Amino acid sequence: MGLKVPYVTSYLTEHCAEDDYVSLAGYEAKGGYRAAKKALGMAPQEVINLVKESGLQGRGGAGFSTGMKWSFMPQDSDRPKYLVCNADESEPGSFKDRLLLERTPHKMLEGILIAAWATGAEKTFIYVRGEYAFPADVVQRAIDEAYEKGILGPRCMGKSFAHDVVLMRGAGAYICGEETGLLESLEGKKGQPRKKPPFPAQYGAFGMPSTVNNVETFCHVPHIVDQGADWFRGFGTEKSPGTTLFGVSGHVVRPGLYELPLGTPLDEIIFEHAGGIPGGRKVKGVIPGGMSMPVLPAGQLDVPMANEYLRERQSMLGTGGIMVMDETTCMVRASCIITYFFRDESCGQCTQCREGTGWLNKIVNRLERGAGSEKDIDILVDVAGKMEGQTICAFADAAAWPVQGMIRHFRGDFEEHVRQQKCPFSGSFEL
Amino acid sequence: MVISEDTRAAIDSECAKYPQKRGGLLPAMHLVQKQLGHIAPETAVELAEIFDIRPVEVMEVLTFYNMFFSAPRGRHNVYVCTNLPCALRGSRTLLAQIESHLGIAAGETTEDGRISLGHEECLGACAYAPMLRVDETYHENLDLEKANQILDGLE
Ligand SMILES: Cc1cc2nc3c(=O)[nH]c(=O)nc-3n(C[C@H](O)[C@H](O)[C@H](O)COP(=O)(O)O)c2cc1C
Ligand code: SF4
Ligand code: FES
Repeated sequence: MGLKVPYVTSYLTEHCAEDDYVSLAGYEAKGGYRAAKKALGMAPQEVINLVKESGLQGRGGAGFSTGMKWSFMPQDSDRPKYLVCNADESEPGSFKDRLLLERTPHKMLEGILIAAWATGAEKTFIYVRGEYAFPADVVQRAIDEAYEKGILGPRCMGKSFAHDVVLMRGAGAYICGEETGLLESLEGKKGQPRKKPPFPAQYGAFGMPSTVNNVETFCHVPHIVDQGADWFRGFGTEKSPGTTLFGVSGHVVRPGLYELPLGTPLDEIIFEHAGGIPGGRKVKGVIPGGMSMPVLPAGQLDVPMANEYLRERQSMLGTGGIMVMDETTCMVRASCIITYFFRDESCGQCTQCREGTGWLNKIVNRLERGAGSEKDIDILVDVAGKMEGQTICAFADAAAWPVQGMIRHFRGDFEEHVRQQKCPFSGSFEL
Repeated sequence: MVISEDTRAAIDSECAKYPQKRGGLLPAMHLVQKQLGHIAPETAVELAEIFDIRPVEVMEVLTFYNMFFSAPRGRHNVYVCTNLPCALRGSRTLLAQIESHLGIAAGETTEDGRISLGHEECLGACAYAPMLRVDETYHENLDLEKANQILDGLE
């Protein structure tokens, strides 16, 4: 609670400081549900085409085209179809969905309703991570209000279109953010990801055709319907349109949220918006998109924050969670925390992931203690390489990439631990 | 029977929201834990009966998720986030200080049964670090003094 409003706002967050905006009346007073009304007057295929033309990419981490994803939902099937709103937000460094859940719940519901109409879904399951108790309460109140006013229910906004929304709380497992782990959890099981294919559009929640989208993804949709694809493309880059909510954490003067166009240079976000590094210290490295994404060294911070540019630097936008580490930071210590997280959260189904995450953590810890050898560093690279692209879900890749990034750019830190047989960074954060 | 009539009624209405009854299992476990504080093996057997599944299936779910407890806890669950963004802002130092303030290590419960202390992975509050989760409430932008005040105020 006491959530801080973004330092820079744009269309997604412009009213989020206003308490009234959380209520249906307050949201409608600012033009809320106008877009849903418009969408429900369009042919579903038209809505899908509009979202395709907008170029909106999913904001949950993978960056897949939202309009495309919707078009995979079978049209002629008489089986029930479902939507799933992924509010599991547990990628370390990410805290944007929490703000949207707490401050713009009706915007998310409006996006959901539009997506439901476009895909012909009869029900949406919103899966909120278990620890987000307060955000879940806010969203549940918004759902109740939307039912009372006939926006949801048997005749949405007076149309002969029925849609129900059900909120479920998770119970503390990072892997339930992976969409098929989430589906298993929704069905009351362990959140172990499913083999794909079949993809959720064929076999999703409770075995029915389903589409999974992130909270922020849904929040962009009403704006696209209201103002058009060209307007949306006025923000961001040609390949990555729109704004996103960047979350800046770590060693900066003003950690917090910043809604900025995709393609905003990383150094502009850190130094102009977030106020730079405290105490006049220098930056050492930055993780640009949540903990799964490879770190960038100080010399590469001019990169525009969009996947087409980040990929050139062997990293990715992920969730837009930017973690800034100053010159005091020991990158081996940082790697201890990163590898511990993945070891702890692996669901254990795939050998490469279960064993690999354990080995990575063990070897990094050994290096940090000063008990490692030069060969250990090569083993890390080797183990990480063998985890990639081999497993049921992308978690193993997400565990391998950050280690590869750390060694690619900060091998010297690892080597220094071997040479001195101890951690040479006495001023670094405590482990 | 340890699961109360009220909880059973609430479980029924949760189950009705899902196309298959089993969809109500996680919500049911949250409800049971709210009533009883934890889900003991005999409670898991009752849950299995309600859902018409084998007890081992409930146990599997119970042990998979961090927020479900199979043994009794302190009256308050206190967690410090120790993931990287919080650690960069001193959360691991704070945890060590809290451990010595309470006289217990993370993973333990105070002798008077007041507080169970733990560390947790990222809780979505990274910019407002260091932070504590006390039961269902987040406390952000802390230092040792503020943290101790919060802890000392717990009944
Ligand atoms: C290990 C792992 C964890 C993930 N966690 C989340 C998450 O917490 N929230 C989220 O929206 N997507 C998460 N994703 C991505 C989802 O699988 C999925 O791609 C996304 O929810 C789709 O929504 P979008 O297309 O709107 O981005 C995760 C993926 C992986 C591999
Ligand atoms: S890659 Fe890891 S997390 Fe994903 S299914 Fe395999 S073991 Fe589980
Ligand atoms: S790292 Fe602590 S809340 Fe994200």
